[in-house]
Amino acid sequence: MAADQGVAEQQQTTRMMLDIISLEGPLFQGEVHFVAAPGRQGELGVLPRHAPLLTELVPGDVHCDLPGGERLHFYVNGGILEVQPHHVSILSDLAVRAADLDEAAAMEAKRQAEEQLATRRADLDYGLIESQLAEAVARLRTLERMRRAGQRN
Amino acid sequence: MASGREIRGQIRSIKSTQKITKAMEMVAGSKLRRTQQRMEASRAYATRIATLVRHLAQAQGDEQRHPFLVERPEKRTAFVVVTTDRGLCGSLNINLFRILVGTMRQRQQANIELGVGVLGTKGAVFLRRLGVPILAEARGIGEHADDTKTQGVLKVLLDAYLSGVVDRIILAGNHFVNAMTQEPYLQTLLPVPPLAEETMAGHWDYIYEPSAAALMSPILGRFLEMQLYQAVVENIACEMAARMVAMKNASENAGELIDELSLVYNKTRQAGITRELSEIIAGAEAV
Repeated sequence: MAADQGVAEQQQTTRMMLDIISLEGPLFQGEVHFVAAPGRQGELGVLPRHAPLLTELVPGDVHCDLPGGERLHFYVNGGILEVQPHHVSILSDLAVRAADLDEAAAMEAKRQAEEQLATRRADLDYGLIESQLAEAVARLRTLERMRRAGQRN
Repeated sequence: MASGREIRGQIRSIKSTQKITKAMEMVAGSKLRRTQQRMEASRAYATRIATLVRHLAQAQGDEQRHPFLVERPEKRTAFVVVTTDRGLCGSLNINLFRILVGTMRQRQQANIELGVGVLGTKGAVFLRRLGVPILAEARGIGEHADDTKTQGVLKVLLDAYLSGVVDRIILAGNHFVNAMTQEPYLQTLLPVPPLAEETMAGHWDYIYEPSAAALMSPILGRFLEMQLYQAVVENIACEMAARMVAMKNASENAGELIDELSLVYNKTRQAGITRELSEIIAGAEAV
């Protein structure tokens, strides 16, 4: 009994629940050891028993370590990160598994955005195009990080 | 007794009505599937952001709390009423109006002023007739939940809340239980009711990055947008389900009516034949 409690306690300190939820439904729900997410003020890593924290996310790469040692990569286009000691929630308008990202489409979006910015026309909505460019770049970076992580394994 | 030809005419007209109700049933059925999927897709997000915001309402910060989280004495209450644009959907709207009018009466007796922001043509027409002050209305939101229209109504009410004209905002709509059952509900939107959860009790607060002030507005804004969006798509799913059931009943009733009328028609036809026969026989005997 006491041993069981010890194990349970240890698991409590090394594991937490992670939910990644997009507007199209839950993308990931499960136990993880570690989560990293792109916060507004730089990337932040979260371990179990982190103090409650709330921040906005920018487009980028979310990754987490599963109890089996596997690392999962996701792409989010911004959103909200809520950290509770044993529960982390990521709410994002758009979230996809990094493996499902379309590299060609991201390259194309990046090229188009850069081209439009280069024309320097007055009637363009620069804020919008810049955010599109940032998203495309973030997608490509997510893919690259996933690949590098894959090679290391 | 009606003549055979009259009855035949009645049967024909009921049959054509039945064709329409059957077609409407089928259209509503296929739209139901689509709208139900849309409702379920965003439900997880809406539920979770609601939980998050209620955590926020419970967190005990030292900083000044956002007005959306602060309870004020209730002098004027606004309702956001989500209804359908069209009728022929059973008692969906009427059930909602019943509980809405009930709670409005209670507030009137307690000398609380009222106001409404209404979505959907049916609700706009009803509340106008009721004489409740309408702060904002959106007609013709359609099946695709026209965001600019619905969020416009919300914006008006939020501005009223922030400027202190309104002290409480209550959302009224229909819950989709299943295709056969829809349940009207009233839910306090603002001020955000804190989560009654034992484990979260005590003095605690989030670490806000970059700051509470910078985070509150976008998160609360997103939460309210999401609640309204979810209420609207859920109501559309309810509308389709209610219409499908109503039209199914109508088709069945038309079928029964046709059966009854066919029986009457056959009886009169048979009576006519019998009469003619007996006339012929009587004539033959006379010869």
